[in-house]
Amino acid sequence: MADLNPLSLWRRFIATPNDNRAKTLFVAFLVSLICALLVTGATVMLRPIQAQNRAAEQQARLEALISAVPGISDLIAESGGDALSTVVIDLDAGTAAAAVTPETLEAALSDQANWTTLAAADDTAGIGNRPNYAQIYLLRSGDAVSLAILPVVGSGYGGRIQALLALRGDMQTLAGIAVTEQSETPGLGARIEEPQWQQGFAGKRLVDDTGATRFAVARGPARTEYEVDGITGATRTSNAMTQMVRFWVGPKGYGPLIAAIRRGEF
Amino acid sequence: MAASESLWSTLTAPLIRQNPVMLQILGICSALAVTTSLDTALTMSASLTVVVVMAAGVISLIRRHIPNSIRLIVQIIIIASMVIVTDQFLKAYFFELSQRLSVFVSLIATNCIVLGRTESYARNHRPLPSMVDALGSGLGYGLVLTLIGACRELFGSGKLLGHQVLPLAEQGGWFTPLSLMLMAPSAFFLLGGLVWAVRSIWPEQADAPDFPPHDLREER
Repeated sequence: MADLNPLSLWRRFIATPNDNRAKTLFVAFLVSLICALLVTGATVMLRPIQAQNRAAEQQARLEALISAVPGISDLIAESGGDALSTVVIDLDAGTAAAAVTPETLEAALSDQANWTTLAAADDTAGIGNRPNYAQIYLLRSGDAVSLAILPVVGSGYGGRIQALLALRGDMQTLAGIAVTEQSETPGLGARIEEPQWQQGFAGKRLVDDTGATRFAVARGPARTEYEVDGITGATRTSNAMTQMVRFWVGPKGYGPLIAAIRRGEF
Repeated sequence: MAASESLWSTLTAPLIRQNPVMLQILGICSALAVTTSLDTALTMSASLTVVVVMAAGVISLIRRHIPNSIRLIVQIIIIASMVIVTDQFLKAYFFELSQRLSVFVSLIATNCIVLGRTESYARNHRPLPSMVDALGSGLGYGLVLTLIGACRELFGSGKLLGHQVLPLAEQGGWFTPLSLMLMAPSAFFLLGGLVWAVRSIWPEQADAPDFPPHDLREER
């Protein structure tokens, strides 16, 4: 007669020799099950804290960027209170996106239909594809935009570089940059995270009077009003920063938006 | 008495005499990658120690019921799960450090030290000695990482744990950082120097030469 008492079944299982095929399968199954529960449990329980960390970091970098722009505290005080507005824009049209809000942006970007694959010739930043929507931050004084903060992404020597680029109201002068994510060589390319280097971006001009984009990270010290000091020993990272900024202020990046702001349509 | 003494020697043997990094030259790829500063080296050492101790304990507990034919798979699954849990924990509570360690915490799963200890020791011993042995190996790994991390951070950027120790020439001091120290090869140099020093002090650690030097006088 079959004994179905779980305790005695367990004892029988324990007593089974290890090379028994059923026991081998069962041990494998049991170990996998317990490990899967452990991993899932840890991931699910810790996810809210991790999401909080990421959001806090993003916020901290944004605040650091804003406070690093000279005269910004006066501007905020002038317009009073919470002057920084968050806008989701449609990159191709250069207008505020009608259907997407900051809350629904993440869901929209998980859909591949909302991404544009870049042709090799256009893809100077080396990112492959680009979202059609982006969340930007605008500071207004009166009706005109006095500062725009644009998230940008490029591909560096060690991996993706993400940054926030701050442009002044004329949309031709950089107000600052904050690198939010990078995996460049520590001590060399990773110096793009250093505030001393990032301060070099403030006041640099993007385009010259003929409208050509002139901004570059120089080789060696900066010589013109379009250049930022290069980083010694990190030529590829420096070039990646140049390409990233040029791509995103160009026609495939925020070009349409920049044109719209300059026309005063924002 | 004898038992506690042997536990003590199990714990201390891997620190210098049987150090997994210096004597067995195991786990050096992560030792190169995370030692650019002391705090990442310490976090990595702590993570590896936690993983290897827990994995050794669990594997030792079920050692009589791991079928021989799938024992490596079972061990790897247990180790990998511990690693993921540790990684998630770091991401939740030590966010900044975990970003700088990036992928290397997850790569503990492939660290030879962990599988080496579970396969050669925990599989044949009771949980307590297994965990003590794993703790010793983890600490031995940590010791080497700490030494190399301290050297690289001190000479590469003049700091220790983020505090400026040597005044930089850029800021009016006298110390010019050696950027070589922040690149991977310097970890090889330091590790080589360390192994050399240790084997000169304890010559019994040196391997026998594969080919004895040829004696030229015989040919004449």
